[in-house]
Amino acid sequence: MIKPETISERIELGLAKRYRAEKRFRLYGIVAIGSAVTFLLVMLVAIGVRGAGAFKQTHIELTVVLDEAHVKDNNWQGIIKSSLRKAFPDVKARRERRELNGLVSSGAGFLLQDMVKVSPNLVGQTKTLWLPSSDDVDMVLKGSIDRSKSEGSRRVSNLELKWIDGLVAENKLRLQFNKRFFTGGDSREPEMAGILGALMGSFYSLSVCFLLSFPIGIMAAIYLEEFAPKNRWTDLIEVNINNLAAVPSIVFGLLGMAVFLNMFMLPRSAPLVGGMVLALMTLPTIIIAARAALRAVPPSIREAAFGIGASRVQTVLHHVLPLAMPGMLTGTIIGMAQALGETAPLLMIGMVAFIVDIPTSVLDSATALPVQIYLWADAPERAFSERTAAAIIVLLIFLVTMNLSATILRRTFERRW
Amino acid sequence: MDITIHTEVSKKVAMNTMERKTHKVTAHGVNVYYNDKKALNNVTLNVPSGEVTALIGPSGCGKSTFLRCLNRMNDVIDGCRVEGDIELDGEDIYAKGVDVVHLRSRVGIVFQKPNPFPKSIYDNVAYGPKIHGLTSSRAEMDEIVMTSLERAGLLNEVRDRLDAPGTSLSGGQQQRLCIARAIAVQPEVILMDEPCSALDPIATACIEELIEELKTNYTIIMVTHSMQQAARVSQFTAFFHMGELVEYGETTEIFTRPRDERTKAYVTGRIG
Repeated sequence: MIKPETISERIELGLAKRYRAEKRFRLYGIVAIGSAVTFLLVMLVAIGVRGAGAFKQTHIELTVVLDEAHVKDNNWQGIIKSSLRKAFPDVKARRERRELNGLVSSGAGFLLQDMVKVSPNLVGQTKTLWLPSSDDVDMVLKGSIDRSKSEGSRRVSNLELKWIDGLVAENKLRLQFNKRFFTGGDSREPEMAGILGALMGSFYSLSVCFLLSFPIGIMAAIYLEEFAPKNRWTDLIEVNINNLAAVPSIVFGLLGMAVFLNMFMLPRSAPLVGGMVLALMTLPTIIIAARAALRAVPPSIREAAFGIGASRVQTVLHHVLPLAMPGMLTGTIIGMAQALGETAPLLMIGMVAFIVDIPTSVLDSATALPVQIYLWADAPERAFSERTAAAIIVLLIFLVTMNLSATILRRTFERRW
Repeated sequence: MDITIHTEVSKKVAMNTMERKTHKVTAHGVNVYYNDKKALNNVTLNVPSGEVTALIGPSGCGKSTFLRCLNRMNDVIDGCRVEGDIELDGEDIYAKGVDVVHLRSRVGIVFQKPNPFPKSIYDNVAYGPKIHGLTSSRAEMDEIVMTSLERAGLLNEVRDRLDAPGTSLSGGQQQRLCIARAIAVQPEVILMDEPCSALDPIATACIEELIEELKTNYTIIMVTHSMQQAARVSQFTAFFHMGELVEYGETTEIFTRPRDERTKAYVTGRIG
């Protein structure tokens, strides 16, 4: 028999130990969260720092003469060349002239072409314009090219540096907001490249994906949860849906290539096929989320409706579905966000091509945002690396917005009972 | 042996006293299985019209199961199987071609836990008439909603907030709302599955009073765990035990002169 005092003392001794253990455990948790947040911040800051530059682009002020001869020959770049020659009359040597022409983007001519296409009465006029510089000049202004290196080991010659410094001093060369990044399609020239093409490609793909996966997913979930008898077949289907959710996405891409492209002869690189493949991938996510949402509706609501004499369909449509809808939508948006970030299946069906035109329908060739990031990350030009980061920023903004709207949706429409 | 004979006799006597009444619901040889487990064994019970019949018995004795057979609520439970005859006004409700939706509009049910829809009070009551297409105009619907709430004794408390959600009411009010919802489709029979078990004594008294009034228009069958409630409210009482109907008769008989030992033990509080 132990005396009561000793029991109490023992407990007291043990208590200190217990509290220490609890403190330690909490500490582990805080360390875990802290490291996760640190990683996230490092990633975001790194991307932000690298990508911020892409939102500005060096522009050069030029006085161009849109003379008829050049316009007729479609020699738009020639207009810019002659304008440069006028601005630097003392540059005579061929090699130096070529370097001089290299200051302005080789895509600037297309901008003039577009301008004249919009308003043909510009022909014959003289205009002072801010045109994008080449990516090398851009890099100099952004400080990404090391001037202390020897001339041979950097992409910009001493002569070019002299011109650049001169133009900056005259305020004819400066960083401006990079509108083209948001309004242009892909390009070989980093200064001309924009993400609108990829954005539209993603938009069309996701639209197709949503139109396919949402109704099919919701109907499948409703049927399985509310109507289907519980037997071996439904068990089998359930297991397979869960398996599908775990299948690597590239497998869906292969399936899309084999079935949609080779059997159904649908167009290659089209957002239509991309959306179909993404729908296959998103379906299990949506079905699982929707079933969970339906299961969360208390059975008493169903009984109440049945008890009054509502049919199964009425019970589901009038009572169960409205209560389950926020959960279903949340699952769908999360599935869509997943689809937005998906790259691998799109590679398989040819949405990885270099496409300059901005797609205008689901049948046009297109890329998607993550694929565009992958393409730019591969490009050798230094200026593409900051565009890669900028495109990642845009993608992340969309993802965060989608997930945030899912949360808000759930908070607003979730009903308590 | 003695007990079985006793049961037979008691049943016969009970039958005789009720023979004078017309029977609204008759059940004959009802067996219910949940998968392989037998929940009800050969239950034969005739429920008289226009009275309150109480089903009593210890937990798990099958009284709720029996109640749910009467409007085929068991249909929605997987693995539940019902054998035997159950007739409503002489029509077999388990016959082929019987419409469950129609049956449930004739046999309403009120559950143990108040379960109003997460909609307004008005919509809660209006839902039944709406899906059955009982009204052709808003005015008619208003009329039905008002009379149903009135009958359920709730109208005075909610008259000025019919748009408030049904879930905002107190527990007792919610249960009366559920009763209003059930009577809005004007059923012939109302089943009540322990309607007061989640309520305090004051709300319980309110519901009991309501049942008393409702029995003039409806046949009421209620499951209850409270012997006092059965004694207060019902005219007939059936005692279930281990899936069997042990004794059935007039309430006063069951409580004052039970014929079966098990009934006696239960109503005097020795088992259960």
